Amino acid sequence: MDNSLKDTPQVEVARFSKRRSIRSDVTSWPVIIGFLFPALLLYALFVIYPVSQSIRYSFYDWNGLEPLTQWVGLENFANAFSDPLFLEAIKHNLIIIVLSLSLQIPFALAMALLLNRNFMGRGIFRVMFFAPYILSDVVTGVVWRQIYRPNGLLDQILASIGAGGLSHEWLANPEIALYSLFFVISWRFFGFHMVLMLAGLQLIPTDLEEAAAVDGATFWQSLRHITLPLLGPTIRVSVFLSIIGALQLFDLVWVTTKGGPVNSTATMATYLVDWGFRRSQFGYASAVSVIVFGLSLVVALLYQRFVLSRDLEGALTL
Amino acid sequence: MTSITSVRSHRARRRLNQALLYLVAVVVLAIIVIPLAYAVLGGFRTSSQLAADPVGLPDPWVFTNYTSQLTNPSFWGQVWRSFFIAAVTTLLVLPAASLASYVIARYRFRGKEAIYTLFTMGLLFPIAVAVLPLFITLRQADLLNNPLGVAFPQAAFSLPLAIVILRPFFQSIPRDLTDAAVLDGCGPLRTYWSIMLPLSRPALATIAILTVVTSWNAFILPLLVLTEPDQWTLPIGVNNVSAQFVTDYAVVLAYTTLAMIPALAFYFMAQRQIVNGLTAGAVK
Repeated sequence: MDNSLKDTPQVEVARFSKRRSIRSDVTSWPVIIGFLFPALLLYALFVIYPVSQSIRYSFYDWNGLEPLTQWVGLENFANAFSDPLFLEAIKHNLIIIVLSLSLQIPFALAMALLLNRNFMGRGIFRVMFFAPYILSDVVTGVVWRQIYRPNGLLDQILASIGAGGLSHEWLANPEIALYSLFFVISWRFFGFHMVLMLAGLQLIPTDLEEAAAVDGATFWQSLRHITLPLLGPTIRVSVFLSIIGALQLFDLVWVTTKGGPVNSTATMATYLVDWGFRRSQFGYASAVSVIVFGLSLVVALLYQRFVLSRDLEGALTL
Repeated sequence: MTSITSVRSHRARRRLNQALLYLVAVVVLAIIVIPLAYAVLGGFRTSSQLAADPVGLPDPWVFTNYTSQLTNPSFWGQVWRSFFIAAVTTLLVLPAASLASYVIARYRFRGKEAIYTLFTMGLLFPIAVAVLPLFITLRQADLLNNPLGVAFPQAAFSLPLAIVILRPFFQSIPRDLTDAAVLDGCGPLRTYWSIMLPLSRPALATIAILTVVTSWNAFILPLLVLTEPDQWTLPIGVNNVSAQFVTDYAVVLAYTTLAMIPALAFYFMAQRQIVNGLTAGAVK
């Protein structure tokens, strides 16, 4: 008697939800398709179709105009990996990655720690440090080209403080152009990473650090054993975005140096645009873009598998 | 005694520390602000003034670099087209992404995860790397030298991030609310429009900000698609002026300043939302 009373509501619920799920199964396909349609159409036409076409073009010798007839197999890929200039471009991307991870990210972290303290005017610092991120690459590149030009603002400042001997051809000397460019990249992007880390720092309960201070921990000890481990997820996201951004670096380089002088600042992306649009080697340039896609995908999957898996789920799982 | 002096020295050290930290922050601030101030003030000089003495205030102030651009219809044409393309891109992304995310967040169907993965893969394909086949696709569709030839691809490339932001947001809206709407006789479209959209304003604002800023600053796609001068956007105009007036530094700086004012004004007006929007997009 007791049992049947207890069971009745459950049966009711089960029947109700079953009925509802059947109903939604019958009617939902048109809804699902209709709702997905605009996004899928846009995505198929302007992302999937071009990207898959570039895989196709990469097997041809093609100038972008004639019919696709010159099938060359993997020759474009072989040519790319045996072109010293392309290998140089890869090296430049790697240099930017290494510099970003060893200088820009730690600097952003230091600034985040600084602005996380109680100090007057930190709101203004925060707003200003982030400001370059919302400027365009074009504006950034054009202004910095003016600052770096011979006898430009930088040289004049150096001369006025009696350090004129330090003047260089900042963007014209192939030996240092890449490093000058890296400074501009950091100028534009460190504020972004800083804000990410500030947001991460907000999530760390202050009582942990206070307790450590009471126990006599120094600033460095508390940083090493409390702040950094707890900030781990944020730092890993920052590092990931930095690597992917550096692999695909284009606009800022193109505006500032066009990859020059003598290819000393060329990246994979400037190399492929150069071959595609200046030399009309669309087949070859498509092969290069497939290589860049591939590298980004491998990096993303490896990072996801070994580093980010603790922090994120859902995105980019294959 | 000793404890008092040690407290005093401790306090002095803390004050010194604080001063040093301020110094660091101010130096970094100077490195951010000086290039921007240099561009703004440089526009008020002549090129020969700039070459002779780029530091300090202009003497005398020269207004022609700015006034000649502000009275130049081609400059305003570029402002208008940048604005138009940003608006169209956003008006394409918001409905397309929210409709798709709604279904992905709330319906169960076969292939759902596959579709979601397909969209998230797009996060790895920036326009710069895909621009070559994109250019050919646009040429086939006869969209070269057409603002829509920039807006459509930009919207398509913005979809992945928008969907990655919206899906969890929609999932976090209590099911009771939509169930109640369904019981009251709301169809899917009505539920989407009257329940989901109003409750997800913050996420939609984030996406709108991301899309507007990205579109306003876009370079490579408009550079390749909008080759006719009467179709240029603001960044293309800046790039071209800087190439055309190689030695007329003051004109270049004035033009660049005018181009960065809208972005900076937008930023200082809605600073908190913009910072949150741009960084939320990254963490998601």
